Amino acid sequence: MFELIGIPPQAFYAQLTLGLVNGAFYAVLSLGLAVIFGLLNVINFTHGAQYMMGAFAGYILLTLFGVPYWGALILAPIIVGAIGIVIERTMLRHLYHLDHLYGLLLTFGLVLVIEGLFRQQYGVSGRPYPNPLPGGQNLGFMFLPNYRLWVIVASVVVCFATWYLIEQTRLGSYLRAAVERPDLVQAFGINVPVMVTLTYGFGVALAGFAGVLAAPIQVVSPMMGMNIIIVVFAVVVIGGMGSILGAIITGYFLGLVEGLTRVFYPEASSTVIFVIMAIVLLIRPQGLFGKAK
Amino acid sequence: MTMQNRTLIAFLAFMVIAIVAPFFLYPVYLMKILCFALFACAFNLLLGYGGLLSFGHAMFFGGASYFTGHIAKVWGWSPELAILAGTACAAVLGLVAGFIAIRRVGIYFAMVTLALAQMFFFFSLQAPFTGGEDGIQGIPRGHLFGIINMRNDMALYFFVLAIFTFGFLFIYRVIHSPFGQVLKAIRENEPRAISLGYKTDNYKLITFVISATFAGLAGATKAIVFQIASLTDVMWQMSGEVVLMTLVGGMGTIFGPIVGSVVIVTMQNYLAGFGEWVLIIQGVVFVIVVLAFRKGIVGELIAWYDRRERRKQAGEEVEIVHAPATAKAEHL
Repeated sequence: MFELIGIPPQAFYAQLTLGLVNGAFYAVLSLGLAVIFGLLNVINFTHGAQYMMGAFAGYILLTLFGVPYWGALILAPIIVGAIGIVIERTMLRHLYHLDHLYGLLLTFGLVLVIEGLFRQQYGVSGRPYPNPLPGGQNLGFMFLPNYRLWVIVASVVVCFATWYLIEQTRLGSYLRAAVERPDLVQAFGINVPVMVTLTYGFGVALAGFAGVLAAPIQVVSPMMGMNIIIVVFAVVVIGGMGSILGAIITGYFLGLVEGLTRVFYPEASSTVIFVIMAIVLLIRPQGLFGKAK
Repeated sequence: MTMQNRTLIAFLAFMVIAIVAPFFLYPVYLMKILCFALFACAFNLLLGYGGLLSFGHAMFFGGASYFTGHIAKVWGWSPELAILAGTACAAVLGLVAGFIAIRRVGIYFAMVTLALAQMFFFFSLQAPFTGGEDGIQGIPRGHLFGIINMRNDMALYFFVLAIFTFGFLFIYRVIHSPFGQVLKAIRENEPRAISLGYKTDNYKLITFVISATFAGLAGATKAIVFQIASLTDVMWQMSGEVVLMTLVGGMGTIFGPIVGSVVIVTMQNYLAGFGEWVLIIQGVVFVIVVLAFRKGIVGELIAWYDRRERRKQAGEEVEIVHAPATAKAEHL
């Protein structure tokens, strides 16, 4: 079959796993966006910058403090999440009573500040991060690098855990209730403002986690955040932010589509997700998993 | 003083300053301000009056800039025709992008326009005629109508001022037309506008196309002035810049975008030597404006003026109320 279309199977499978790896990042990032949007009604433009901060946190922890990758995988999300909590407490909080667009504008301003600071400090060129899992598995039909396998497994676990936390636990039920009627939940004695803060911190920590996960594959650079967040926005528009599971599935699916495009028509690989977004908007404006208004 | 008079006086003051300014200040700097002011005015029509936040207007600004540059340089058209053609391309681009984007509102609209602009960015990066990373350099300024030499900064300045004035008055007219009134109604309450029988999608699409067209006109003019069209013009930062200008000046005000572009362009000029600090300070300004200063400079001025007028009126009313009381006192 592969000989017919003139593509070596090795390259085909390699691009497919690469697509799945990219899809893993799309899924984790759009999941974080969806969680934040659900409760705060804010589209967190800073999400990409926080992803970049996660990668840099891993890089700084390693080079300055000698903390290995596995330590950074836990520490970096906590650091980035804590910074996120400060942002929510000091700035975002004051915008909830206004049009949602102000939340978007504020977080966009923060992107400029954060990206600018990192560019000032580290320049625009990328920094390499050593691969903690060198080598790979020979599956017979293809060679699968260990680290790619790890990224896919880790992202699936994190996505599933988040879905379980929100859809199946008591804490998640409070959260879902607060999405519908924050005033009623508050009346039942649950501290909604604290829940909002923690939710933002959690969503941001997810971005930080994705950043550490990305550090060994992609070069750590100040621009990595904005490049990915625009794609993730398109993913979110395609999926609709109605459901957690929808965000996850759309993320992996679009990563795969991107990978396949890189095999068959490389020129379009950077734009294919945007094209799909345009088509989805024309056929089903509310998104694949979105609820019609 | 009525609103109309106030606007007229402000406009005349602006024209006087704009005509005198090039004799004291560097004309290229002023032309940059005018191009960005027109860009921001076009953007303000969509955000301030249509209530639609586009994060992809760089697509029209930079797109027109590329088309005009290519037409003037490779096809050798005179500057006014190249600008017209570039603007027309932006209008077509606006029609396509608008048709897709108006299917969603609010935050989604912002994300969709951002994504479409990013798509156009990749197109500009790969398309052969844009020159990739180098952009189109050395675009000839040429001769206006085949006669007036545009290499003369002064002549070019007044040409740019004429373009800006035309764009500004056109947008002003749109805002104050029955069309503009319907637009404001849609911004305030779209379901109600629909129930009144307005095809709101058509209004939004037309507004989007007008906004894109004038953003394109600004970009096309910029290409002739600076003789360059590059990826900077189509990047997301450019879309962010025009949002910032409009916010700083005051969205939904007639003169806000002009004031905003003066502030931001001047700031960029002074900070040009400080590397990334331009970006950082722009971000800080963004955050401060959103948190504490949402009306923008012109918006705050109008609010301050209105408060003063009301106080004056209230003062007169107090006197009237007091008058019979004193009369009564005299009776006693």
